[in-house]
Parts: sequence; structure tokens; C-alpha cells
Amino acid sequence: MTIDSIHNGYVIDHIPAGSAMALYTHLGLEKLGCPVAMIMNAQSKRMGKKDIIKIDGDLDLSLDVVGYLAPGATVNVIRDGTLLEKRTLDLPEQLTGVIRCRNPRCITSTERDLPAAFRLTDREKRVYRCVYCEAKYEK
Amino acid sequence: MRHLINILDLTVPEIDALIRRADDIMARPEDYWDACAHKILATLFFEPSTRTRLSFESAMLSLGGQVLGFSEAASSSAAKGESVADTLAVVSGYADIIAMRHPKEGAPIVGASHSLVPVINAGDGGHYHPTQTLTDLLTIHHVKGSFNGLTIGLCGDLKFGRTVHSLIGAMSRYENIRFVLVSPEELKLPSFVKQEYIKDRGIEYIQSQDLESVLGDLDILYMTRVQRERFFSEEEYLRLRDSYILTPEKLKLARPDLAILHPLPRVNEISTEVDRDPRAVYFRQAHYGKFIRMALILMLLEEAAK
Repeated sequence: MTIDSIHNGYVIDHIPAGSAMALYTHLGLEKLGCPVAMIMNAQSKRMGKKDIIKIDGDLDLSLDVVGYLAPGATVNVIRDGTLLEKRTLDLPEQLTGVIRCRNPRCITSTERDLPAAFRLTDREKRVYRCVYCEAKYEK
Repeated sequence: MRHLINILDLTVPEIDALIRRADDIMARPEDYWDACAHKILATLFFEPSTRTRLSFESAMLSLGGQVLGFSEAASSSAAKGESVADTLAVVSGYADIIAMRHPKEGAPIVGASHSLVPVINAGDGGHYHPTQTLTDLLTIHHVKGSFNGLTIGLCGDLKFGRTVHSLIGAMSRYENIRFVLVSPEELKLPSFVKQEYIKDRGIEYIQSQDLESVLGDLDILYMTRVQRERFFSEEEYLRLRDSYILTPEKLKLARPDLAILHPLPRVNEISTEVDRDPRAVYFRQAHYGKFIRMALILMLLEEAAK
């Protein structure tokens, strides 16, 4: 399998195996015109198996989405064929416009143009609570 | 801009200052007759309420101010589909301070972020009701003299009862508090309230489904109504409504210095015969609500003027 090296774009590495599809959807990668490669179940010394996404194109990558769906993933930013930045992402403290509050009594269920916003209240247990109604996010 | 969304937006010293101010207003109301002259309070009630709205309006009128507003969503622009953000952006240009009730939880946070003037949360769904809690605190201060060392029983709807959540949050900041949580299984206190305000603070508590067995331990009994509007199913509401009814018979088990509070309105959870018992303080409690709201309006207007 050959995947061309990236000139301008991102390599999202160390994605927990099986999470790449969800990341692909939430990042809206299907809407991009540029080449996107997904590698599933790649061998990893650290993780056993991992997923990798390579995006050969510029986009406003939401690090919150990556951090939330794939905590521990590394994002490599490639510019002009060289590695510009490498960041390991953890669960974000705040999450805006990524997940929806499922409490039917929450103001985000009716208010126009109000993105759902969550706050990380327990990092160990991965608990997010709605900023508005404080309901716990349940997948 | 200072708003009041959650009772915990106020520090303990600020609550003490509000209670001192309310006491002073009760003792010398004439000193405050013109304290808010030429100021306007807007009462935006997207959900009907008698007591809270009238209490706010009476508070502002007693301070020499004026009031405007609406008492249900149907008579407001919300019926035309206007957002909370837009309503507050507009109305805050017509008033100096806003008291807002909304059925959706978190609505006052949205309102406050679009308002030019202080916003007071007058109840948002099953979430918070900080001015009821201030009323409860003023009542406890008057009947018990202190907030420390009290065993507080909360009975009825502890799940959707926003006054319960706010009162637990406020009382958990005092010393040697003990909570007794009495509810049917379906209306138990939400786990996050229990975790944050009780467990994390190392406060002693017990949970029970049987009011009679714990009644004798209590300094305060905070009764609540099972609220029809919080249920999607009428059948479930009717099943849980009659879980706890306080009667003179049951009160024989209680201490002579118990104080019975209720945020009102009641339906049938306290028998009317209990009203004559000197331990029933819920009507006095409702009257205190006006004075603590006067103190709060003054505080927020003073801070906005700085």
C-alpha cells in the first residue's frame, strides 16, 4: 500500500483503533476535495493497534474534536513538506459545537444559533456537562 | 455586568450582607421607599408564576421603582418565535434590571450574555431558582438564628425540584450541616447534585423513602410539590403525587422546634390542618421573599452603577 507523502496538511497519528471513522465524520472530511487517507488497525508498539488519518490539504482542523474523540492522538502539521508542529491532544476542557445536549429541557434544544457547549468536569471518568443545563453527556 | 443565575454566584459574605439588608428593610421600610425611584424592573416570565412574579413586582414597587413585562410566553414575542437572546437584547434597552423565568434550563445564561443590564434568574426549568433559595435562607435565619449545625430534611420531588438543588448548594457551605433526603425512588436527588454539594464536601447525609422514620431528627423540613409540568406522562405524575402528605398526625413525631418550609404553591403535600401548627412557617417564608428580593435588586443596581 502506497500513500504519497503530504506537502501541506495533517497527519493524525495514534488514534485509538476503531475511532478513525468517527473522526472522519465529525471533522467533515468527506466534504473536502483533497486526498484523505485512512489507515485502520496499523501496528503500534505503544498501542498495539492504531488508526491514522492523513489529510493532504489545508483545513481549519478542530483540535477539540480530535482531542475528544481520540484522546492521546498526535496531530502533525505539515507545511511545504516539512513538519511544522506536533501536538499530542488530550480531552479538551471545553467542547463547543461538537456534541449535542440530550436533555430535552435544555435551552440548546430550542434556541436558534446556540451551539451546545460542554465543560469537562471529571477527566478521569471522561465526564462532560452541559454549560447551560449541567446535564451529563451520555453517548 | 453582575447577574444572578445560580445561588453559588453569591459568596457567603454576600448572602450575609443581603440578609442584613433585608432585615433592615423589614425594620425600616420607609427608608427604602425611594431607593429605586426612576428605575424599571422588567419581569420576563416565559413560564407562568404567581408568587415569584408578584413578589418581584411588589419588591420593586416598594423601592419606589416601576415594573413592566409579561407573565406567559403566549403574550410575548417568544410566541412569534423570537429567541431568548433577541428578547433580552431588546428588553434590556427598556429596563434597568430584569427578572426572568423560562421553562428551558440554562435560558438565563443565554439571556444574561445578551443583556445590557443585570439579569436575575427567577427559575429555569428544573435547574435553579436562586431567589427562592435566598428566601429560604432568610426564613431559616429568622426561625433558627444560624445556618450552622442544622439537620435539614428535604422531602418530595428532589429530582426536578430546582429549589431543592439550590438550597442544598447554599446550605452545604455552612458548618455541621446534615441532609436527610426523602423521596420516592423515581424522584431521587440527581447524582451530580449529591456528588458536588454533599459527597465532595464530606457532608453527612441519609436517603430514605419513609418520612415518618426520619421526622424526629429534623431541625428543618423542606417540603416540595411534585410538579405536573416536569412530567411527560400524566400517569407517572399521578402515581408519584401522593407519595408524601404531611399531616398533624405525622407531626406528632417531630420536634417542637421543627420549622416546616415549602416554596409554595402546594397541592396536597401539606394538609391544610398543618397551617395552624406554629411550626408551619411557609406563609411567612413567602412574605420574606419580597424583602430579600428588594435587597437583591438594590445590590445588583448598586453594582451596575459602579
